[in-house]
Amino acid sequence: MIEFALFLGCTIPARLNQYESSSRAVLDKLGVRLVDIREFNCCGYPLRNIDFKVFMLSSARNLALAEKKHLNVMTLCKCCYGSLKKADYLMRENNSLKREVNAILGKEGLTYEGRIEVKHLLSVLHKEIGIELIKEKMSTTFRGLRIATHYGCHALRPSQIVEFDNPVAPSLFDQLVEVTGAESIEWPMKLECCGAPLWGIHDKLSMDLTLKKLTDGKKSGADYICAACPYCHIQFDKVQKMILSQRDMNHPLPSILYTQLLGLSMGIDKKVLGLEMNEIPISRIEELLKKETELTEEKELAVQKETQKETASAKQ
Amino acid sequence: MFFKISLYISLFIFLLSLIFKVSSWFRYKIGIRSEEISISTRFFSAIKGILSTIFSAKILTLLKVFVLDVLLQFRILREDFLRWVMHIFIYGGFMLLLLMHALDKYITLTLWNDYISTLNPFMFLRDLFGSMVIVGVIIAIFRRFILKVPRLFSNTMDIYAILIVTIIIFSGIFLEATKMVAYSDYKRMVDEYSGLSDPEELKSLEAYWVEEFGTISPNLKKPFDEKILTKGKELHESSCAGCHTRSQWAFTGYGTAKIISPFGLRIDRAHLPRVLWFIHVLGCFVGLAYLPFSKMFHILASSVSLLANGVIGKEKMAPANRATLQAMELDACTHCGTCSLRCSVIMAFEEMTNMNIFPSEKIVSIKALASGKKLSPQELRHIQEGVYLCSNCYRCTAVCPAGINLQDLWFNVSETLLQKGYPEFLVLSPLSFYRGLMKEETIQRDYEKPLIQAREAISAQCDLMKKKDKVLPLTPTNRSLQSGLNLSAQAKTFSGCFGCQTCTTVCPVVGNYENPQEALGLLPHQIMHAAGLGLRDLAFGSNMLWDCLTCYQCQEQCPQGVHVTDVLYELKNLAVKQVREKTLSSVERK
Repeated sequence: MIEFALFLGCTIPARLNQYESSSRAVLDKLGVRLVDIREFNCCGYPLRNIDFKVFMLSSARNLALAEKKHLNVMTLCKCCYGSLKKADYLMRENNSLKREVNAILGKEGLTYEGRIEVKHLLSVLHKEIGIELIKEKMSTTFRGLRIATHYGCHALRPSQIVEFDNPVAPSLFDQLVEVTGAESIEWPMKLECCGAPLWGIHDKLSMDLTLKKLTDGKKSGADYICAACPYCHIQFDKVQKMILSQRDMNHPLPSILYTQLLGLSMGIDKKVLGLEMNEIPISRIEELLKKETELTEEKELAVQKETQKETASAKQ
Repeated sequence: MFFKISLYISLFIFLLSLIFKVSSWFRYKIGIRSEEISISTRFFSAIKGILSTIFSAKILTLLKVFVLDVLLQFRILREDFLRWVMHIFIYGGFMLLLLMHALDKYITLTLWNDYISTLNPFMFLRDLFGSMVIVGVIIAIFRRFILKVPRLFSNTMDIYAILIVTIIIFSGIFLEATKMVAYSDYKRMVDEYSGLSDPEELKSLEAYWVEEFGTISPNLKKPFDEKILTKGKELHESSCAGCHTRSQWAFTGYGTAKIISPFGLRIDRAHLPRVLWFIHVLGCFVGLAYLPFSKMFHILASSVSLLANGVIGKEKMAPANRATLQAMELDACTHCGTCSLRCSVIMAFEEMTNMNIFPSEKIVSIKALASGKKLSPQELRHIQEGVYLCSNCYRCTAVCPAGINLQDLWFNVSETLLQKGYPEFLVLSPLSFYRGLMKEETIQRDYEKPLIQAREAISAQCDLMKKKDKVLPLTPTNRSLQSGLNLSAQAKTFSGCFGCQTCTTVCPVVGNYENPQEALGLLPHQIMHAAGLGLRDLAFGSNMLWDCLTCYQCQEQCPQGVHVTDVLYELKNLAVKQVREKTLSSVERK
């Protein structure tokens, strides 16, 4: 059984409960055991702009807490992922920094030696569980659904540190989306930033960037944009709603969390997936799920094909 | 006489201070828009809110909260079992003592006509309740001073609270014990109630009391003759037993009496029972009179806070009620430190040494702020930094045993402080993401002000940026800048930059502008170059620094392996550090 310490960070429990509930439901179906460590604190990401040491201490404390329990960490947030990976990397590479950090952590009896791994939800799904196993757990699939995948900067870059996927031509997330039967579209701005890091700091710039990306996704034919990070999702959901009302626009490109998408095709209850909790409604996506009758028809077709093949080969 | 006068005086002071304190819930200005709302509006709006809650289905929620959270304190139990035992023992024991013992004439006697304090079950219960309080106080002292629970700070109020409870309970127990050993008390009772006059009879009764009740007699000493004791027992049963259960039932008092018995006669001669009675009664009255100003006021305020926050839903509250609620919540805080224990950003304290980073200490500062106390600019800036340094994870609010909506308090207070004109550099960090989401809750016309202010405070320190045509020397001007850029030991890579401009070309922020230099100042490759030359002002003064998304496109694509994004991070850190220190000291000089 795969086991992880679940690192939720600050945003998910406070502002995106549906991401937590849908992730737990999906991972439960896939047989992943999650351990909650109550002492976890902020990953340090928001404070990197202000003080490197504060960032390192916050991040390393989490790693130390997980190491104490001999657990690898799984994050749901790409910014948490990037921060923890960075801190993990520096603690392994930079001895004097490690000593300094551990001296402070030592006040609470903690220390980090670099014995654990940090993973993002998507890499766990792709690498530890694997596409095949996920396929087995599908109860239905989508038909005619076009998804624009959003990778998230802090998962992809700096690639040397985060080791998530190929930073120039990643495919991990697209494969995961296509398991659900949806089509992962090609779009020019796929790897660009969502704009969230500047939300609240420079709103106009942040809105420009978000809008550019969303417009590009829409133009490329996406029905939904799909993210696996609370910052990106909130930017595409709540902030998009704010942008649209402020700039007098409609026709949004709604955002769906990957665990909601996967959960739907696994037949998980939509209350648990929190579909209604998204600010820009996504419940119409359910209409694109194949009905049970279609599924049985499909199976029958497959069986027919098999038998046809068999008879053909028998003839030969 | 003394008892009555001091009781009425303390009751009078208590009531006056109670009115004063409760009125502060309507008087204290706290948060945005509170300046514009009059006291009477706040008062009537609160009454309206309370009435509309009581006469609605919400009354059921109120009842549930009252039983589970106020009486049984499930919120503390959820946090920490030992703490719950401590609190339930102190509060339960003390409340029961108050009802059964202190108010015996009004409550116990009304319920049980035959109530006599020296008869069981009352005698036993009094000691049982008292010992509950003692166990609670011992746990409290143990937690604060021996176990040293992390991030639990003890201030004068906390120590006073422990002290006053200890004084009241211990003086009570010692009073009971000294009365048990005091011969004059025994003598007085015999004279008044026994009606015996035969010296032989008196002697046997006294012997029986010395033997069985712990009285220390100046005339008689153990051991006694069996016959005398039998006689004494008969007399005791006919004259005393109607009002006196055996002393052993008052186990704390009896135990103490046994310990102090060698000094029994001296205790009696020094009139210690009388002295202890004064201490006990005065302790109670001082505690009562001072209650509204002490931590003990949380008995009322925390209950109100739990009830109020139990029924307040997610819908937006009227600004008048929000101000009143938050002023009340300041009194509801017991300084228990749960919030600080669970706070997400607490590691910041290790570097920034500002006590206001701890939620439990923020609230102490906000109390001072709301009460209208004159605070120095430096104090204000420290509070401002403390309340803004919050990742808005809501954990403090979720765990607060008094049910205080701490997160909303931080937000509301920080919004007011940000408008006071002191630059806050934390607004230039992703901590502001939340503020952006809460834009509608802020005062819109002032929303941008703190952001502009922080940027201006930094660029004001960068003279070179303003003189566009100034000729720069070719040799590096600031070597310390270069050596300062080694926090993560990889940022120094900027020296490898050969000016190919790839970073600038791939930057989505640069790409967003028609004329990027006008909007951003120096562009990424120019900043790398400025850092390489040690031109501090140019490196710090560009908007580009604060408009960086940290998307790492530049760093990923740099052919020379320059850690462009990391260099920008470190420049931001250095700029904040230097300007923060400078502006703080200039504020102090004013």
